[in-house]
Amino acid sequence: MTSVGMTTPLAGYLLVAAMLFAIGLAGALVRRNAILVLIGIELMLNSANLNLIAFWRYGPHPEALTGMMFAIFSIAVAAAEAAVGLGLVIAIHRHTGTTELDKINRMKG
Amino acid sequence: MQESAAFTPQLAASTITGILWLIPVAPMIASGVIALLKQPRRKTAAALAIGSLSISLLLSLIAFCHVVAGWAHGSVVREFVNFTWFRFGATAVDLGWILDPLAAIMIVMVSFVGLLIFIYSVGYMAHDENFTRFFCFLSLFAGAMLGVVISNSLLLLFMCWEIVGLTSYLLIGFWYQKPSAAAAAKKAFVTTRVGDVFFLLGIVWLFSQTGTLLFYNHGVGSLEGLALVNLLSQHAGLGLSAAGAIGLLIFAGAVGKSGQLPLHVWLPDAMEGPTPVSALIHAATMVAAGVYLVARVYPLMSTGAAPHGTTVALTVVTWVGASTAVFAALIAVAQNDIKRILAYSTISQLGYMMAGLGLGGVAVGMFHLITHAFFKALLFLGAGSVIHGCHEEQDIRRMGGLRADMPLTFLTYAIGMLALCGFPLLFSGFWSKDGILEAAKNWDISKGPFYLLVFGALLTAFYMTRQVCYVFFGHWRGHETAHESPKVMTLPLAILAFFAIALGVIGTPVWPWFHAFLDNRTAAFDLHGFVEPGLMQLMLLSSLVVFVGLGLGWRLYGNKSPKPEAPDALEKSAPWLWAPLRDRLYVDEIYGATVIAFYARWARVADWLDRRVWGGIVACITWLFGLWARFNRFLDINWVDGGFDKTCEEISTGGGLLSRVEGGRVQNYLRILAAAIAVLAAILLWSSRP
Repeated sequence: MTSVGMTTPLAGYLLVAAMLFAIGLAGALVRRNAILVLIGIELMLNSANLNLIAFWRYGPHPEALTGMMFAIFSIAVAAAEAAVGLGLVIAIHRHTGTTELDKINRMKG
Repeated sequence: MQESAAFTPQLAASTITGILWLIPVAPMIASGVIALLKQPRRKTAAALAIGSLSISLLLSLIAFCHVVAGWAHGSVVREFVNFTWFRFGATAVDLGWILDPLAAIMIVMVSFVGLLIFIYSVGYMAHDENFTRFFCFLSLFAGAMLGVVISNSLLLLFMCWEIVGLTSYLLIGFWYQKPSAAAAAKKAFVTTRVGDVFFLLGIVWLFSQTGTLLFYNHGVGSLEGLALVNLLSQHAGLGLSAAGAIGLLIFAGAVGKSGQLPLHVWLPDAMEGPTPVSALIHAATMVAAGVYLVARVYPLMSTGAAPHGTTVALTVVTWVGASTAVFAALIAVAQNDIKRILAYSTISQLGYMMAGLGLGGVAVGMFHLITHAFFKALLFLGAGSVIHGCHEEQDIRRMGGLRADMPLTFLTYAIGMLALCGFPLLFSGFWSKDGILEAAKNWDISKGPFYLLVFGALLTAFYMTRQVCYVFFGHWRGHETAHESPKVMTLPLAILAFFAIALGVIGTPVWPWFHAFLDNRTAAFDLHGFVEPGLMQLMLLSSLVVFVGLGLGWRLYGNKSPKPEAPDALEKSAPWLWAPLRDRLYVDEIYGATVIAFYARWARVADWLDRRVWGGIVACITWLFGLWARFNRFLDINWVDGGFDKTCEEISTGGGLLSRVEGGRVQNYLRILAAAIAVLAAILLWSSRP
């Protein structure tokens, strides 16, 4: 497999993915709002998908669509997860009237 | 039968034999139902008891007629139903019931006398608050006694025998609030137990030798051919075959139950129970169960005897019976309690029955048993009527003149008394006693029993005359005036009195129906019975003896009415004789000084051992363990606890610290996770550097 027309090396993709992950993590950690935390988590997930695609594309068997399939599955699962997460947030909001995570501290030992 | 499955009795020879088990079961069921009744339901209890016993009586009469009909046709009626109770390995334990002349006579007697006494009890116990309990026990007794009579297995007989003993205990101690009644009940139970232990030994021996406890079982029962031959061929020492030795062990059980020497001591004390109980259990039926038992296992005792000969076992039975007859009659002479006199008289008459069995065979002994059951029940119920009429007074010195106050009681009592004395020709007691005397006279081994029994007859006439004189003649010496008893009490007296006379008819030498029936011969009316050699002389002799006894008694006591505190007429003339007789020939004292003293000493030794030796050892061990425990405690507190507590404290503190992490803030958790991943990544990078 030749890399004709591939001007961007693998490291570039990985770098972008790492940045995306860092941004997502930062968002998930510092944001108070549950919805924004969910968005952060979604970012982290997609950075992982980006990695999957990159490694597939630069891997030994790009003709087999393994990486693509993996990413598509991951996105489908992430969609389901986002739906569940949003559903939980709505339920919490109905229950407590807030989506501020600092105020939702009743789950502890 | 041996092969038949458990609880599937084979078809009986006749319907009545098939349902014979109902006879004892009916009163037992009544007893169970009465036990569940509430205490004050007197009418229901009495109706249940009397009704169930009436059913038994009816069935008994049918069974009796069946046996008589079979006998009249010349066939031997011996029908039985056997079944296997349980089996272990190849050994089967069989039970069963039997209908033969012996059982037929007994079931009729027991249920008939029992029924009359039940009816009498309704009047006698009318004011007792434990009326229903009384009828519960009485019904249980009747059931068990009927069970004894019809059982075809020594084991079943023994079980019923023990239930009978139990009810005897319960009824003697019926007024358990009285310490004397409680003690008497205990004494009766313990004393009869002595005999029963030997009885049980006999049962075990018989079972080990013959492998069956059934009496009759188509030739393989323990009282039939093969087993007897087998038992006879074994020697048990002292000139006894195994059959005789087993017979004597069983006889020991009978000695306990029937109050023979030396186990008679419980019977006089048993008079602490209500009078109907004394009449039913301790005069008519239960004490006669011992005699019946000997009659039932008679083949064991008599096997091996030459024609008109005897065996060692029967000789023992004879001597025990004859000496008991005289011994108890002697004591009866000097008693002042109306029921105690009758109790000693019962012991004496039981001695006659035993002697009759030993001397003349089953029929002679059983005939006296049956006649005695009627006239002694009559005497006891009469005594109960007297006690009732005299406001619970039992001392004959405080009675007197009741002839006028209680005419019906007097009349029936006199009939019973004359029957007991053996007044010639008219009364049943004469014929049954005469049969025994005749057998004793013809006994080859020794004339001793004959003289003893004749002397006993003299004493019987004497002490009964004394009692009747004290109670019914002279003038009233009690506190309140006496009154006649209600009809419900006098009616049974009248019926019993009729039988006390009439029963003699079936056992006279002219028409020995009873003996023929039991021995399976044909009975014929034959006036030549009177002219058998020696019979006339014997009848004259026994009549003479009775008249001498009556006359002597009348001379000493008749119409005298001495003051209650005055010494007895016999005491004045022969004080040296009076004192030992009054003190019951010191038998209780002898037992007190030997057996009871021995046990008491052993009890004291055991108590001392318990307290000092075993108690000391136990105390030592306790102390050692206490010491050890204290040492352990010391270790625990100062050593183990220290380390343990510290550990606990650390864990607790650590837990406290850790719990802070778990603050419920989701983002904190996430932060820790992120930090951990960062650390992991750093380690990864660090470790993978070239």
